Amino acid sequence: MIDSLDQIFVSLKHWLVGLTPEAWQPLVSILVSIVPIMALFGTCFAATTIFERKILGRAQNRLGPNRVRAFGVKTFGLLQPIADGIKMLTKEDIVPFAADKVVHFLAPVVLTTPAWMLFSVIPLGRNMAAIDLDAGILFFFAVGSASELAVFMAGWSSKNKYSLVGSMRAIAQMISYEVPLVLSTIPVLMLAGTLSPSQVVEAQGVGTGFFAHWFVFTPWGLSGFVVFLIAATAESNRSPFDLPEAESEIIAGFLTEYSGFKYALFFLGEYIGLFAVAGMAVTLFLGGWQAPCKALEFIPSYLWFFGKFAVLIVFFIWVRATLPRLRLDQLLALAWRFLVPLALINLVVAALWHFMGSWQFIAAMPVRWGICAMLVVLPFVWFARLLNGGKVAPRKYRYAE
Amino acid sequence: MAERLLLANIVMLNSIAFYILAVITLAGAVAALTLRNLVHCALCVAASFAGIALIYLQLDAEFVGFAQILVYIGAVAILVLFTVLLTRGTEVQAGVAFLSRSWPAGLAVTALVFAAIAAPILLTPELHKLAADSASAPVRKIGEELMGNYVLPLEVIGLLLTSALLGAVVIAMQDKKD
Amino acid sequence: MTPLTHYLIFSALLFCIGFAGAMMRRNAILVLIGIELMLNAANLNFIAFWRYGNTEAISGVMFTIFSIAIAAAEAAVGLALVIAIYRHRRTMQMDKFDTLKG
Repeated sequence: MIDSLDQIFVSLKHWLVGLTPEAWQPLVSILVSIVPIMALFGTCFAATTIFERKILGRAQNRLGPNRVRAFGVKTFGLLQPIADGIKMLTKEDIVPFAADKVVHFLAPVVLTTPAWMLFSVIPLGRNMAAIDLDAGILFFFAVGSASELAVFMAGWSSKNKYSLVGSMRAIAQMISYEVPLVLSTIPVLMLAGTLSPSQVVEAQGVGTGFFAHWFVFTPWGLSGFVVFLIAATAESNRSPFDLPEAESEIIAGFLTEYSGFKYALFFLGEYIGLFAVAGMAVTLFLGGWQAPCKALEFIPSYLWFFGKFAVLIVFFIWVRATLPRLRLDQLLALAWRFLVPLALINLVVAALWHFMGSWQFIAAMPVRWGICAMLVVLPFVWFARLLNGGKVAPRKYRYAE
Repeated sequence: MAERLLLANIVMLNSIAFYILAVITLAGAVAALTLRNLVHCALCVAASFAGIALIYLQLDAEFVGFAQILVYIGAVAILVLFTVLLTRGTEVQAGVAFLSRSWPAGLAVTALVFAAIAAPILLTPELHKLAADSASAPVRKIGEELMGNYVLPLEVIGLLLTSALLGAVVIAMQDKKD
Repeated sequence: MTPLTHYLIFSALLFCIGFAGAMMRRNAILVLIGIELMLNAANLNFIAFWRYGNTEAISGVMFTIFSIAIAAAEAAVGLALVIAIYRHRRTMQMDKFDTLKG
């Protein structure tokens, strides 16, 4: 019973594919994977836009959108995404006179298409990865890097100085943060011994013990998770790393000359990229669809995945509501002088952790934990102090006068 | 019967995919080397690189295909674009010739090179007989080879990349005296 | 399945396009792009021969991986050189780089 509930979508897919003539089955199988993913994460996008605005509103001591009504019925603003969508689609699509028309048109397409492709390798539940690629994680980062090109195309083709400045900022940021993003995943791949996302999730299962072996519950995993989350926030151009579209400085960065449907596509692409990278964080560090302990395994795997996914999304919104925007030099210093060294040290810690696993003497477990935790925490503190100008004293806050 | 039809479908789709990708790649390459605006050139060459990556995937070389996308689209194309912007390559000067003075010679040599490569391919009957079975280069095997047979080249590549990184920074760095 | 010769002819065409670009264009960046295309054509040959040959031996794949790494290094250094030259000479035209020509 529990198993059939867990596998309900997989069986549904097999049943649907079985209905079609055999010659068409590969094609149908692909479609049956793509359509639900697009529908699901499209809905997620709509839901996130409204909840993000609601949460931001509450964080800023206001209500957030609450006016949209449907046929005279109060909806507490829940239909806001539909209203937004109608507004976006009916707006005039303005292309600047000097713009490079073809590139200007292609940029949102180049951004959005790879972003959707990212979901194909993320296991959304037990046996629920759209394609179980042998090199899935490599695929994820390879396809993810295409968005840099799209951002450049958008910024350059607009022939607007704010667009160009914004896109150059975005590319510098994305290239800088791709390094810690990839470096922080390498310990996971090393200890799971695979590049396939589903096998990484398998490696974090409950197994014979009581608690699951999520990688975030190890010193190196925690460190990697923190680095990954920071880098992921920066990769998806979200606050506090939203310099590329800093409204107060450069209007809207590379989005300045976009309007209507193309702007909506950019908006969609950014959120889809954020979802994908959050899904990857869940897969790599939070155990994917695995339950945290044996007693909770009766809850279907996809619910676990989406629960963790939702927590991460709320975390991203919370960070956006809390932290002020970084300066460009702070942004690059954070990447190169904080995240990259930590990720490199983390590689060593993960290797130590792996080899200390074979220790047999009596206090092996506490010693292993102690050494690794120290090797993780001390560099964090040390590099954070270095970033702060090497001063040990508590930070002094200066207020504008 | 149905199974054979299925197989035939996939094989046919696979071949068609190759021809489409080949056309895209070649068109991208030609456009990259004939257009006048350097940013267009860089974007076209990125399309061409993507086509090659997809052909690798079509040839069942997953790992290489993804590495190609990661390196060429994620890094080389962006690097080229940065260089174009840093050297003001986007300003297309009207009067300046974009082909070098000796271009007829270049064209002749190119034709000769193509003939020299294509003739042996077409004249070797053994090549036509080679058939492709199902193949895969699993990541695990590539990793084991990298750490086993090819560990020395791997180290050398590491050294090379480090020195290239440092060299690129040193070369492109602004002199303090300027 | 596509015959191997089609892949080889395709890669020969790609090589020649890159070669022609490197020979005939004046702009230094485009010369580098041409060289990259030639490298890619060679890589494609390795993969095609691996696929149609003995797939157990993956040396073709390995060679391509190393070749991609080297191409990345080459692009980085080459483009850095282009930037350095541009800084000194204020031009990207290859035939203006002729100070050694006596």
